[in-house]
Amino acid sequence: VLFPQAHRMFTQSSQNPASPVLLLVLLGCVLCPPAQASKSSEDIRCKCICPPYRNISGHIYNKNVSQKDCNCLHVVEPMPVPGNDVEAYCLLCECKYEERSTTTIKVIIIIYLSVVGALLLYMAFLVLVDPLIRKPDPYTQPLHNEEDTEDTRSLAAVPSLAGGRANTVLERVEGAQQRWKRQVQEQRKTVFDRHKMLS
Amino acid sequence: MDQKGYRRGSFQSATSDEDMLEIPGTSVDFSMADDDPPLDREMGGFSSYNGGGMNGTSTMMDFLEEPLPGVGTYEDFNTIDWVREKSRDRDRHREITNRSKESTWALLHSVSDAFSGWLLMLLIGLLAGSLAGLIDISAHWMTDLKEGVCLAGFWFNHEHCCWKSNTTFTDRDKCPEWKSWSQLILGHGEGAFAYILNYFMYVIWALMFSLLAVLLVKGFAPYACGSGIPEIKTILSGFIIRGYLGKWTLVIKTITLVLAVSSGLSLGKEGPLVHVACCCGNILCHLFTKYRKNEAKRREVLSAAAAAGVSVAFGAPIGGVLFSLEEVSYYFPLKTLWRSFFAALVAAFTLRSINPFGNSRLVLFYVEFHTPWHLLELVPFILLGIFGGLWGAFFIRSNIAWCRRRKTTRLGKYPVLEVFVVTAITALLAFPNEYTRMSTSELISELFNDCGILDSSKLCEYVNDFNSTKGDDLPDRAAGPGVYTAMWQLALALIMKVFITIFTFGMKVPSGLFIPSMAVGAIAGRLLGVAMEQLAFYHHDWAIFSGWCSPGADCITPGLYAMVGAAACLGGVTRMTVSLVVIMFELTGGLEYIVPLMAAAMTSKWVADAIGREGIYDAHIRLNGYPFLEAKEEFSHKTRAMDVMRPRKNDPPLTVITQDTMTVEDVEGVVTSTTYSGYPVVVSRASQRLVGFVLRRDLIISIENARKKQDGIVSTSIICFTDYCPPLPPSSPSVLKLRSILDLSPFTVTDETPMEIVVDIFRKLGLRQCLVTHNGKLLGIITKKDVLKHIAQMANQDPDSILFN
Repeated sequence: VLFPQAHRMFTQSSQNPASPVLLLVLLGCVLCPPAQASKSSEDIRCKCICPPYRNISGHIYNKNVSQKDCNCLHVVEPMPVPGNDVEAYCLLCECKYEERSTTTIKVIIIIYLSVVGALLLYMAFLVLVDPLIRKPDPYTQPLHNEEDTEDTRSLAAVPSLAGGRANTVLERVEGAQQRWKRQVQEQRKTVFDRHKMLS
Repeated sequence: MDQKGYRRGSFQSATSDEDMLEIPGTSVDFSMADDDPPLDREMGGFSSYNGGGMNGTSTMMDFLEEPLPGVGTYEDFNTIDWVREKSRDRDRHREITNRSKESTWALLHSVSDAFSGWLLMLLIGLLAGSLAGLIDISAHWMTDLKEGVCLAGFWFNHEHCCWKSNTTFTDRDKCPEWKSWSQLILGHGEGAFAYILNYFMYVIWALMFSLLAVLLVKGFAPYACGSGIPEIKTILSGFIIRGYLGKWTLVIKTITLVLAVSSGLSLGKEGPLVHVACCCGNILCHLFTKYRKNEAKRREVLSAAAAAGVSVAFGAPIGGVLFSLEEVSYYFPLKTLWRSFFAALVAAFTLRSINPFGNSRLVLFYVEFHTPWHLLELVPFILLGIFGGLWGAFFIRSNIAWCRRRKTTRLGKYPVLEVFVVTAITALLAFPNEYTRMSTSELISELFNDCGILDSSKLCEYVNDFNSTKGDDLPDRAAGPGVYTAMWQLALALIMKVFITIFTFGMKVPSGLFIPSMAVGAIAGRLLGVAMEQLAFYHHDWAIFSGWCSPGADCITPGLYAMVGAAACLGGVTRMTVSLVVIMFELTGGLEYIVPLMAAAMTSKWVADAIGREGIYDAHIRLNGYPFLEAKEEFSHKTRAMDVMRPRKNDPPLTVITQDTMTVEDVEGVVTSTTYSGYPVVVSRASQRLVGFVLRRDLIISIENARKKQDGIVSTSIICFTDYCPPLPPSSPSVLKLRSILDLSPFTVTDETPMEIVVDIFRKLGLRQCLVTHNGKLLGIITKKDVLKHIAQMANQDPDSILFN
């Protein structure tokens, strides 16, 4: 909370009005481009599947035409049967109009890969680089399954947090990171070591 | 519960992440707050918002008129007090309504408060739908990545890669832009060496994906493994698990779900999608004070979010709501029904607009056939139901045995290795058989498909009569060689899936259960359907077939048998009833098939219930020892409250606090020496007449706060829980008044009350504890854990398996 006075004024209101609106705008921005993706030739097609007929083998025809033109006569080219058989042949064929959005697919895959990459980098950082940066501190060494030492560690960590109230962004980030690491360690103990949950 | 010493303050559990010793009221940085900071900093408020006091009209001018931060919140792994939360919400609502008459701002505030629930549902639907779209598209792409890559753009999966190019009728998979790995590396795709190379790449990719998944889970969010539905059921019944529905769990679960599904393991994504949707719900609750501060209201939102999760998994909004009602939620007020439906619809609509499958459908296996079925076909459908029930019971027993072994023996010490071995076995066994090589959703889609002349897959290789000019309504035909090959390959796939799923469900990656069960059922159904079809074709003169199945007619639809089989197996495992039928019929859009689906679902539930009472989720709840009070079973023993209450006959007497004779030091001593989560307050030790009940957490927070803030509070100060404290000589230290944290209306029963009624009270009201009196005097206490242990004892189970408080 950045402004305590304003915050106190808004304690009467049951919601911070900005956040849900902001979230809606963000979601709209994410969803709009796919919705508005112009129907480029890449993204539409009319697919006609024609089964084997007499001595003609089955065939699949693709053409990017609009929805009103999506029928056997427009799409099946060259027509494999002579003129008087066309109607019988076209009755067997099934034509479907399909749309997709390549932009959506590209954006989503790239978002996913970047998140996975970021997580991997962060994990590598935590495992390799972090122990070297921090001063080898007995309170931050990973301890194994010792509840007492866990408690003393959190006890020791607390005064250091309470003391100089973290004002710089970096120290605040570090404090949050320490808390998060403790949390993950606690969860790991519950799930993996003590098998108390999620077996 | 962990023994935590007093001096550190019991609320300072390792899962808390806020600085406990901060002076309330000053600006504190919440930007790094976790999902549910144990201390709530907002000082503003409603003076009737007392921690435990049910009375809103406290006339005391004491220091604690405004609620202290932390009072009224719960510790991790504790049960909430439903009654208290509901009455707090009613108080809050009353306050807002009364104030709305004062000014326009207050009126607007009351309107926005009423509207906030709907806005929250809208946001949950949007977020859940977007995440489901991301999961679907990424999982599709990564599954195909095991087999090859698209040269026209690496982000296209196989189907989208070949979208634009002309494929042949018989070989719809081949197009020049898509290169399998052997084609990419060797330059050609034929031959033994290419096959071995493809095999090798498949296994390597599968191992990489699953290892990455388990490492991410272990490193960042250990709560993200498993299905999530048993834990969500427990949370919705009133349990608190901090961090289970948090931001990191959400991110890791989404990412690793895609990885786990793509690695070819025999698991699905429906259960984890429910967890993802509930995480979204929990995170978005923090935007609205009404839901952030009140645990009971939050659980209503979580019920609606679970409905949205199932809705996007199956494309079945109504089925999602019914699933939430039947399987997941504990208390489902009628108001939640309409809101859940809204959230489910918004989520389904969002997913549809992202269009992950390119055909405006929500699920990969949406089928649309409408061929009728005959009454005599109910016999094979019931057979499928029996198979589903048998398989369900078998699966539950073996899975629980395996999970118990994982929990208690050394197997559980090597989670990463376990995932590695299971993935290796699955990939090695799956590649040779084309029906296990394709993703399970594609398999189900192919099995549900009814064969017409436009299909050219192996399963549809019937002997065709080219002279007929019918369209899709083909008569029953003789099976060609392709069908026979497909049959034994499917039989092998069935055996493999039946056994490998037992070891996969419950591993330390996100794993769901719906798709593998549906696959087992669909394979069994299709086998039976093709067998029936061939029987009807070759023996159309038998008495049972001659009436309705003349040659040349389309009587038997194997696709329908696959559907019914899938419903039967899913029902046998999860014991769903209405929600299952609604989901299946929303998947197919066919009202005609409700009767077969219901017949199969009912049969499978009866058969499975005859063998084992619990569904898979209840069995996991019991395995993990969660304090979940089963709402569906009757308690039918003749015990009484005095048999269950504590203290028992030979135990030390009940630990009580007197209303105005104990000092701060005495109370601290009581709190330190015992680990109870609450203490009754009595008039005096001699009379043992009940005044109220005070919670341990509130007591600790108030005393610590008073020691720091209030003048004159020392160890010898008297603590007074009443309105009018006894007068003290002027030289004694000032009195600490803690009336506001006292719950003045605890529930009591007499010692002769039958346990049936006590269990009923606990279920219906959501109590944590209940005091037992005898002739008006306090005798003992019954907690929820005591009730659970008693039920377990009565059912001859191990009462010590009830963990957690």
